[in-house]
Amino acid sequence: MSDSAAGASAKPSALLEAVELTKRFGALVANDHVSLAIRAGETHALLGENGAGKSTLVKMMCGLLQPDSGELLYDDAPIMFPDPATSRAKGVGVVFQHFALFDALTVVENVALGLAGHEPLSALAERIRDCTVRYGLAVEPYRRVGELSVGERQRVEIVRCLLGDPRVLILDEPTSVLTPDESENLFRTVDLLTDEGRAVLFISHKLDEVRRLCHRATVLRGGKFIAEVDPKVETSSSLARLMVGAEVPRTPREVTHELGTPRLLIKDLNLVGDGSRGSALHDINLEIRAGEIVGIAGVAGNGQTALFEALSGERPASDPESIVIDTVPAGGLGPTQRRALKAGFVPEERLGHAAAPDMRLSDNVLLTTHGDGEIVRAGVVRHSVLNARFAEIVKRFDVRFGGKDPKARRLSGGNLQKFVIGREVLREPVLLVVDQPTWGVDAAAAGFIRTTLRQKAAEGCAILVISQDLDELLEFTDRIAVMCEGHLTAPVPVGETSREAIGLAMGGSQGGDAGTGGAHGH
Amino acid sequence: MAIRLERQETVPPLGLIAAPLLALLFTLVVGAVMFVLLGHDPLRAFTIYFIEPLTDPWTLQELVVKACPLLLIGIGLSFCYRANRWNIGAEGQYVVGALFGSWLALATHGTDAGPWVLPAMLVLACIGGALWGLIPAFLRVRFGCSEILTSLMLVYVAQLGLDYLVRGPWKDPAGFNFPQSVTFDAVAVVPLLMEEGRMHAGILIALVAVAAATFVLGRTLIGYSIELGGSAPRAAAFAGFDERRVTYGVFAVSGALAGLAGIIEVAGPIGQMQPSISPGYGFTAIIAAMLGRLHPVGVLVASFVLALTYIGGEAAQISMRMPFDVTRVFQGTLLISILAADVLVRYRIRRVEGASHA
Repeated sequence: MSDSAAGASAKPSALLEAVELTKRFGALVANDHVSLAIRAGETHALLGENGAGKSTLVKMMCGLLQPDSGELLYDDAPIMFPDPATSRAKGVGVVFQHFALFDALTVVENVALGLAGHEPLSALAERIRDCTVRYGLAVEPYRRVGELSVGERQRVEIVRCLLGDPRVLILDEPTSVLTPDESENLFRTVDLLTDEGRAVLFISHKLDEVRRLCHRATVLRGGKFIAEVDPKVETSSSLARLMVGAEVPRTPREVTHELGTPRLLIKDLNLVGDGSRGSALHDINLEIRAGEIVGIAGVAGNGQTALFEALSGERPASDPESIVIDTVPAGGLGPTQRRALKAGFVPEERLGHAAAPDMRLSDNVLLTTHGDGEIVRAGVVRHSVLNARFAEIVKRFDVRFGGKDPKARRLSGGNLQKFVIGREVLREPVLLVVDQPTWGVDAAAAGFIRTTLRQKAAEGCAILVISQDLDELLEFTDRIAVMCEGHLTAPVPVGETSREAIGLAMGGSQGGDAGTGGAHGH
Repeated sequence: MAIRLERQETVPPLGLIAAPLLALLFTLVVGAVMFVLLGHDPLRAFTIYFIEPLTDPWTLQELVVKACPLLLIGIGLSFCYRANRWNIGAEGQYVVGALFGSWLALATHGTDAGPWVLPAMLVLACIGGALWGLIPAFLRVRFGCSEILTSLMLVYVAQLGLDYLVRGPWKDPAGFNFPQSVTFDAVAVVPLLMEEGRMHAGILIALVAVAAATFVLGRTLIGYSIELGGSAPRAAAFAGFDERRVTYGVFAVSGALAGLAGIIEVAGPIGQMQPSISPGYGFTAIIAAMLGRLHPVGVLVASFVLALTYIGGEAAQISMRMPFDVTRVFQGTLLISILAADVLVRYRIRRVEGASHA
């Protein structure tokens, strides 16, 4: 938007450079002499597993954290960002993964809140329109943010950043919440920005995207700088190797075993949305048989959470027959009764839903096992049995943590997820419903979790996986259905569908493409 | 410049133990300043407050008498507070329990009713206190009312009900128009433990409650569901525990124990119904619960500490002519110090340069 940004396009040297930044948190070295140079007119990828130190680095580059040593160079001159306001004023804009928007306010009001001056809303709305036209970011300034999709909200955040005319734009995992189509739009915007001479730092774990979009990639692992590479000449697996430090295990796909009886039957399941909590479900139909994994794809916020809670019993259905677990009508049963039918559930939110953050890990074992008859007898907790089960989960699922029995809050995302999955798997369920099995989990743990689920399926467990990661679903499920605005498409065998077809259905297109089965359930 | 509280990732276990002790120490410092301002020698005041009661067998018994209601109520409140339900109305549940139990004592007065009267009074008191406690629970479950407000307001309703009864229907006809009931019959009185002094069997009931609560909270699924519901409500729903049942349950237990404390006090040290049957036990027990870290054994210790402030306050009233409000100031300072110490242990204070930015 300014001439200064445009004029910088020919300059080859770094615009914003981190030199040997180090940041410690207690004993943990989150960043160990990490260097990164972002050049004008380039899209630079920051790659790394969860816990590799990407967030720490980004926070230091925008003033949210202060490095213990090392320095930041801006236009080759040392600079300090004591807080994000300063970095923003200097031209470094960040769009975080978690949006800071007020649902009750309109787009223009939200944007105005972040600005210092007293610009009239109408003038600001005009500026927002100019910006959206210029960068292809379709956003209507006077709509309420609460009505916007996740993709639209992200565009609001980007617009808000761009109004500050940043020379460097940092995007933190921007595509994790977008449909393939929305991602394409974002890539076009990013290209426009770099054409103007701005620099973009693109944080992602989706390697294909990075290879397509980015000119340069910095790989972090365990808080250390590993390599700066040209992603266009790398392959996805060579990048993955750099990130993980070893060959990434592919999930073995075993479709050899026979499918058994239906373990889960969802029939005309309807749920009325209750506004504050949970959206509506419309005529959901699905059958999962013993031995198969069915995936549900979809953009976040289209009813997946409602479906999960309907299945787990947290939101019981009015018609008992609408959910049948292992031939027993379960629609009216609560979570404990459903677990008694040998069903297991793994929610998306690990802290606060799957586990109590401030309770010890061993106490968290009890959360889903108290009704199984072994650990709790006559209302009394048998701590020796509980501790034995805890030790078994930790051992078999390689859950790593400090201390003997820490609070759940203190585990890393991947380790807590292994714990939660292990807790359910050791209950020997015949039906497993898993929401976002590998969300925010590092590649090694994700591979382990997928392999474990595959194994359970081979042993005759029926598994339903809800995920926003399409690649994951394509990799290890047998059939895929798509959820959009509370409707579920009929599932289609993975071999008979394509990314494009699923992507269309995720965006709500009912184009009748054969690939996804087109129409909603009946 | 602004000040921000940041949650500490790791809370040192030592800090959790040290916090209440530091709070006690801070309360003493504040007390010393207060005594100086009132024109008293703080050393002498502290001796009268906290040392002398411990040197006299009679006041030692009084300590037990005062700790007994605090302990019973404090244990019940621990159930509520662990479940993140803020019952502030134990004082009212205490009064209603006393009313329920006293009704039987008065109804059987002068008859030749057997030794079943006292146990039946205790049961009735539990029922009365529990019912009074279930009102805020119901209002919260059904209408989402803040139990903090409703339980507190019900205290005044209960107290006025008591006032009406002892000035009206329950007044002793031969009592020279004093607002008090007849003195309870021997079968309706909590027996004393020693010939001399006022220590009564109520403390034994309180100790049984400590043991039972320790077991229930620490070893049973019920205790787990209370803890989980308070710590992570959504995880508790996912675990299959009904939030409403937990709310009703903890209020019933808390109300029942407060009611029990009420009848034991009336049928014990007091011996009859009168307009004032509590020097604020129901409120002081809140401090006992917090100071005892919501653990029954901790509450046991805390109850004796707070009982000491009552006894010392009485002694100071007599020998130094200090107002009883000084005791209240002590107790209030202690509660604020505990809460502040807790925050300081769990959070770190950070100064943030430059005021708000979005």
